[in-house]
Amino acid sequence: MTKPLLEVRNLVKHFPVRGGGFSFMRQQLKAVDDVSFTLLPGQTLGLVGESGCGKSTLGRALLRLQEPNSGQVFFEGRDILQMNRAELKAQRRDMQMIFQDPFASLSPRRTVAQTIREPLDVHGIGTSLERRKRVEELIELVGLRAAVLNRYPHEFSGGQRQRIGIARALALNPKFIVADEPVSALDVSVQSQVLNLIKDLQLQLGVSFVFISHDLAVIQHISDVVAVMYLGRIVEQAAVSSLYASPKHPYTQALLSAVPAPYPAAGAKRIILAGDVPSPISPPSGCAFHPRCPAAQAKCQTTEPQQTTLQSGGHQRHFTCHYPLGN
Amino acid sequence: MTRPVLEVRDLAVEFDTENGRVRAVNNVSFSVNAGEVVGLVGESGCGKTVTGLSLLGLVPSPPGEVVNGKILLDGHDLLKLNEAGMRKIRGSEVSMIFQEPMTALNPVLTLGYQMTEVLRLHKSLSKRQARNAAIEMLGIVGIPVPSKRIDEYPHEMSGGMRQRVMIAMALSCGPKLLIADEPTTALDVTTQAQVLDEIVRLQHQFEMAVILITHDLGVVAQTCQRALVMYCGELVEAAPIEPLFASPRHPYTQGLIRSIPRIREHKIDRLPVIEGMVPDIAALPDGCHFADRCNRVQADCHERSPVLTPSAEAGAVACWHPLEPQHD
Ligand SMILES: Nc1ncnc2c1ncn2[C@@H]1O[C@H](COP(=O)(O)OP(=O)(O)O)[C@@H](O)[C@H]1O
Ligand SMILES: Nc1ncnc2c1ncn2[C@@H]1O[C@H](COP(=O)(O)OP(=O)(O)O)[C@@H](O)[C@H]1O
Ligand code: SF4
Ligand code: SF4
Ligand SMILES: [Mg+2]
Ligand SMILES: [Mg+2]
Repeated sequence: MTKPLLEVRNLVKHFPVRGGGFSFMRQQLKAVDDVSFTLLPGQTLGLVGESGCGKSTLGRALLRLQEPNSGQVFFEGRDILQMNRAELKAQRRDMQMIFQDPFASLSPRRTVAQTIREPLDVHGIGTSLERRKRVEELIELVGLRAAVLNRYPHEFSGGQRQRIGIARALALNPKFIVADEPVSALDVSVQSQVLNLIKDLQLQLGVSFVFISHDLAVIQHISDVVAVMYLGRIVEQAAVSSLYASPKHPYTQALLSAVPAPYPAAGAKRIILAGDVPSPISPPSGCAFHPRCPAAQAKCQTTEPQQTTLQSGGHQRHFTCHYPLGN
Repeated sequence: MTRPVLEVRDLAVEFDTENGRVRAVNNVSFSVNAGEVVGLVGESGCGKTVTGLSLLGLVPSPPGEVVNGKILLDGHDLLKLNEAGMRKIRGSEVSMIFQEPMTALNPVLTLGYQMTEVLRLHKSLSKRQARNAAIEMLGIVGIPVPSKRIDEYPHEMSGGMRQRVMIAMALSCGPKLLIADEPTTALDVTTQAQVLDEIVRLQHQFEMAVILITHDLGVVAQTCQRALVMYCGELVEAAPIEPLFASPRHPYTQGLIRSIPRIREHKIDRLPVIEGMVPDIAALPDGCHFADRCNRVQADCHERSPVLTPSAEAGAVACWHPLEPQHD
């Protein structure tokens, strides 16, 4: 059996916030609430859900860019939440992040070469000549020409900047990358170019990804396993093919059904979820999805569903619902 | 016989920029019939918003200037109106909603105040009548307990609710034409589905025409009867959506349709792409602006600019070597 690269257990991240309305009491916003999953080497886990459901917080907590409140994050068997600063710094070589807006994460006053080289400098890797060669290698890897290295980020289009962000994330040969909505700000024609690049890099370099997106089509294309989040929790998790072919959780089904088909489909019946996502400060009782769930019954209001695990085709799938959908 | 509510002829808009004068919209002509939903689609920077703003006399000037064209609303040329005349049209005959409602709503005024202001300006209603009309309109766009929410401030509402408020305001005076500029781009798919449904429902109820501006062909496919495809400030294809999606004529339209990420029955290894990127409008290539990315390009494409030419299928295409229409 392959050992997991990443094993996340009961991860929790709460933010202290002021209560709404007339309450000035400190309350806890449960941005990530008891999340567990495992990721095998070379695999990509797609993380999907409506905005505010905790995807970015989870992504940052995995890298300890934001300190989780509790839980465990085993990276190659070692819990990174137990590491001290020095250990964490060494570990970070293997763990990188790519952001939605590469411009915001790239310093405008540094050339492309300096930007990509920075992680090598920070970790003191190679001689200056070796670093230069590595940077040239990286820029070609992401499909840009070495001639761009002396230019500044603002001179590039969104797609090119995202390639630069990817080159930087790859500089230290990481085993694991959290990609937070990396193509969401790009136009469709460029989006597909960048997705193809990421997929090539997955295959070529064997990097594992947690790939965050609100776009279910993008998630399907890029992922091996998909986790669907709602109000800080993973409500369904399965191999990509089973999740898309037969969602078990009504929320997954509703998300899939809301994606506009890219062709005219007169009369196609879509499930339109009523209302908005409730506040994560005081989530609804029982199953937190019940006020919007088309399948909800009386029990859903009072009793929190427990996670069910099924074996299907050599894969495990998990879902948290009293009345899961049939096949 | 359907008659056009709006007819745009040879519209051209220019901007003064650091790199000199650029033409953001070039010789754009189209019409919109009463009760029709038309999609205006293309990638960012292709001139969709500027086209929409021109229809309301809202192109910021300077740096922008409408340098040519006619915009006929029920036969009357809006470009001939002065600012006072235009203000009468705006909101009452033609309304526009934007991607980010927060920029269009005043954060320090209640919804009620902002909505009644519009109504009183155009419809000489009393305060009480205007308030009642505003509450009714909020109810129509699906806001729960409108009589309570009318006294809230914009920041107290979610993104989807704010967009509904914008729609309510835009429709409160019963315009003939609604221009919706990326109204669901900032929303989750779930909320997007709600808001698009609402727009379609209201369009029927109020029998108005809608121009839906979007970069998302999926949104066009779900909501529009006809689509106009823009590239580098020009219309490159116009067609009813069934033939457009089944058998696009312009290579750019075909590339766009193919590159939409879609949920597939069987995963594919590589997504189809349009190679290269959109050229800078300050330095457009001669001839066809799409030539550098086109998989059907021939020598003459670099020499002469194709013009939008009507074709047999009630569509039009600007290409020297268009794809053959497919029949099934
Ligand atoms: N630093 C913070 N302080 C307080 N609340 C936060 C903070 N960061 C995120 N949140 C809240 O946590 C929840 C999850 O946010 P986020 O992880 O950004 O969601 P997503 O990426 O899925 O849109 C949201 O309700 C958000 O408002
Ligand atoms: N205020 C402005 N000043 C200068 N150029 C502008 C201005 N507004 C728009 N443009 C230019 O006009 C072109 C079309 O813009 P726009 O209509 O906003 O595109 P779209 O809505 O299709 O993304 C762009 O190249 C943009 O740079
Ligand atoms: S537990 Fe009930 S409310 Fe929750 S998803 Fe399942 S059916 Fe819906
Ligand atoms: S005119 Fe030529 S280059 Fe332009 S789209 Fe048609 S075939 Fe392609
Ligand atoms: Mg996020
Ligand atoms: Mg725009």
